[in-house]
Amino acid sequence: MTERLQADVAIIGGGIVGSSAALFLRRFGLSVVLLERSLCGAAASGVNYGGVRVQGRSLSQLPLALRSREIWRTLPEVIGIDGEYVPSGHLKLARGEADLARLEAYARQVEGQGLDLQIVSGASFRRQYPWLGAQAIAGSWCPGDGHANPRLVSPAFARAARAAGARIIEHCDVTELGHDGSHFVLGNARGLSVRAPRLLNCAGAWALTVARAYGDDAPMESIHPGMAVTEPMPRFMDVNIGVEGGGIYGRQTTRGNCVMGGSRGTSRNPLHAQPRAVAIAELCQRMAELFPPLAQAQVLRFWSGVEGSLPDHQPIIGPGTKHPQLLHAFGFCGAGFQTGPAVGEALAQWVHHGRASVPLEPFTIERFSTAAAGAPLHSPSSTSP
Amino acid sequence: MSTKPLLQRVAIGPRQSVPFELDGVACSGFEGDTVLTAVLAQGAVLRHSEFSDAPRAGFCLMGACQDCWMNTADGQRLRACSTLLQAGMRLSTRWPA
Amino acid sequence: MSTVVIVGAGPAGLRAAEQLVQAGLRPVLIDEAPRIGGQIYRQPPATLQRRPADLYGFEAGKATALFERFAALLPNLDHRPDTLVWQIEDRTLHLLSGGRSQTLAFDALILATGATDRVLPFPGWTLPGVFTLGAAQVALKAQASLIGPRVVFAGTGPLLYLVAWQYVQAGGQVQAVLDTAPPEARRRALPGLLARPAVAAKGAWLLARLALAGVPVRRGVQLQRAEGEGRVSRLHWQQHGRPQSTECDAIGFGHGLRSETQLADLAGCAFDFDPLDQAWLPRRDAAGRSSVPGVYLAGDGAAILGADAAELAGARAALALLQDCGHPVPAAHAQALEEALVPQRRFRESLETLCPLPADWAAQAPDALVVCRCEEVTAGELRACVAETGTREMNRLKAHTRIGMGRCQGRMCAPGASRLLAQAAGCSLAEVGRLRSQPPVKPVPIAVLGASAPQVAPVPEDQRDD
Repeated sequence: MTERLQADVAIIGGGIVGSSAALFLRRFGLSVVLLERSLCGAAASGVNYGGVRVQGRSLSQLPLALRSREIWRTLPEVIGIDGEYVPSGHLKLARGEADLARLEAYARQVEGQGLDLQIVSGASFRRQYPWLGAQAIAGSWCPGDGHANPRLVSPAFARAARAAGARIIEHCDVTELGHDGSHFVLGNARGLSVRAPRLLNCAGAWALTVARAYGDDAPMESIHPGMAVTEPMPRFMDVNIGVEGGGIYGRQTTRGNCVMGGSRGTSRNPLHAQPRAVAIAELCQRMAELFPPLAQAQVLRFWSGVEGSLPDHQPIIGPGTKHPQLLHAFGFCGAGFQTGPAVGEALAQWVHHGRASVPLEPFTIERFSTAAAGAPLHSPSSTSP
Repeated sequence: MSTKPLLQRVAIGPRQSVPFELDGVACSGFEGDTVLTAVLAQGAVLRHSEFSDAPRAGFCLMGACQDCWMNTADGQRLRACSTLLQAGMRLSTRWPA
Repeated sequence: MSTVVIVGAGPAGLRAAEQLVQAGLRPVLIDEAPRIGGQIYRQPPATLQRRPADLYGFEAGKATALFERFAALLPNLDHRPDTLVWQIEDRTLHLLSGGRSQTLAFDALILATGATDRVLPFPGWTLPGVFTLGAAQVALKAQASLIGPRVVFAGTGPLLYLVAWQYVQAGGQVQAVLDTAPPEARRRALPGLLARPAVAAKGAWLLARLALAGVPVRRGVQLQRAEGEGRVSRLHWQQHGRPQSTECDAIGFGHGLRSETQLADLAGCAFDFDPLDQAWLPRRDAAGRSSVPGVYLAGDGAAILGADAAELAGARAALALLQDCGHPVPAAHAQALEEALVPQRRFRESLETLCPLPADWAAQAPDALVVCRCEEVTAGELRACVAETGTREMNRLKAHTRIGMGRCQGRMCAPGASRLLAQAAGCSLAEVGRLRSQPPVKPVPIAVLGASAPQVAPVPEDQRDD
């Protein structure tokens, strides 16, 4: 059964980025068709750790993250639910003096930008966080950060977009990616055809298929961060925890389950990933060390997701090199949940009036074009400068 | 707290008694008892729901429903229906404070 | 020689072990329980010696035969009791035993993981004193206990009458047997039941004995709610639209059995919706081969057919394994096993006619009914989710409502939740799909898993996720 649709903007990918873009585009009065291969918010946007965190991001991401924080604070007005968002603050731990020095350096670097970081150490640190393992000697506390439930938040953005008049089509695998000179022309195997002068590539870990169809490429790999959740336990953790250098992060939900991440899995198939048992064992070891109250706890579930990662740990946001009317927004390297709403807003702004309210130059796909010409890729840099 | 037993034992001859503690109270069961049997021979609670605080006393008795997880006094977790009662066990129907 | 592993030491696993040992192999037999027998032939702890006749009634002969066979096989088996398989990855089992985590790579695997009760809950089912029919049987068989002094048995299925009679025999007071199957079900099922006349006769005998014992037996019952202060004291029900109630100290209920398929899922087996069991079951051929080469399925863990069929299926799956490994297998033997399974399946179909699930259960379930007992999610919350989000699929329902996220990972709530979802979304039971199994299949201690990790490895630079 053929269906032909026209819209101002077509979006491929119904994760938090694509769905929020659809919502904000509708607010600007633009018509939107969003095509999602499975269910909106069911991929990385729905299975990630749930951290809503500005601290630790590179300077280049701060404008985006701080703008997103403002949207998170009004989440019920935006998507109609609170998504279990808890402004718990984020505590980034130092497990030695070198870590502490790096945390202090970062705090100096971002001073005045609105993160309000406070370094807590010594007796004060032990007093405030008696439940942390002995290897944690200090922490950088970011009061404005928090955590939320991605399973609720991400699909809710899609529902809000639909309620605002976006045409959202799920179970739609886009198999035809074309351009007729003035419009992007998309199609699937069941006779659906979508024409739009603007296209947003929000296809997450699968975005290279779209990018390559329109002459762009990037050295993106799929990563599968490993996650674990414990049975509900008496509350002991009231902040979202990360560590300097990365590798383990944890939070306790209001219901008492502890959600932990920090290992890598493998993909089971292109759509699903599963954490490897070795990675699970390592994650459990780190969990038990860092959070002694978990020593007797039990894990109920391990899982992973499929996320796109780039060598410089920065996403790709910006126009295509051959098609300026194509906007890419993918490759968030496992840190895209918090920034998602602001990225969606920025994409909508760009489409509507030519520029976003936050600077996005560091994220152009062009930064990888020199690689195609044989020049070395940018060397990896940690997210903490 | 109700102290009327939930389970009713069927007489099968003499059995060795096994002393244990439940929520700080000295009790005894029999050799061959699972923790679940021993505790529900004393009363009608194994644990309390984390969400409603309602009392729970197991359900499937075959290690499937996971509703009979209890704590020991020192914070270890055990599944009552599939753990044999040992002398001196100190059991708790709640998480340690 | 290759490593051949059997998971489950009930009738299917034991007969599979027998065939493999007879062919000269030394299989590994993994069992979560401390003693072999599965559920139907569950043995009490060794310190509680009981006579087989007291434990297994009519089935005592079969149970004894299996135990004796196992004892003879034991020198040629690597028997691993008290061992949980919590994950299957590539061709490796991840085990939890004696407080330690271990791995076991396999070349061929027979999954004989058995079944639990299938539960369609009613309000008050989480009260202390409310158990499954299987639980009522385990209490009696394995722990010399009754679930209460005065018990009501409810639901449907062959186990309902069997357990009630076992309780009468053990001196318990059975207040009532409440069968949700409609009265005309017996007439409809009778022709098919005669596919196994001995079993049908046993069933008739049970009914007669219950009647003689003065136990009220009612059919066409609708279970309404259990009530009590901190423990059950009364069950409210309806028959022919007339409200009734029965005082009790315990309730044992269930509606047939539900296959334990998590390991088949983790092993990568394909699943299909089975209209007879009304459940998603791992795909298998007549011999028990799954869709994954080298992985075989047998017994109630693959499809509900009962203990006798499990013995046949276990043996047949082992023969398939041997055939596939190039061992000579007498074709007549394999064929005889497959043929013997045919009347078993026919009988099972007639049992389903005799003991159907209450078709209107989902429609009748009140909003306040707790469907997921682990997370305490109600039918009303499930319905509200469908209305608000348009959810029509089980994993999506789980993500939104937490149904299936608790400790039991959906074992107890999936039958009810999937029917409620189908009803609320206006689609068929098959269309709502099934909960995807995730490791670990049962809760595992963090400390034990962590102890099995290699020395604390520094996180590679490019894997330092925040």
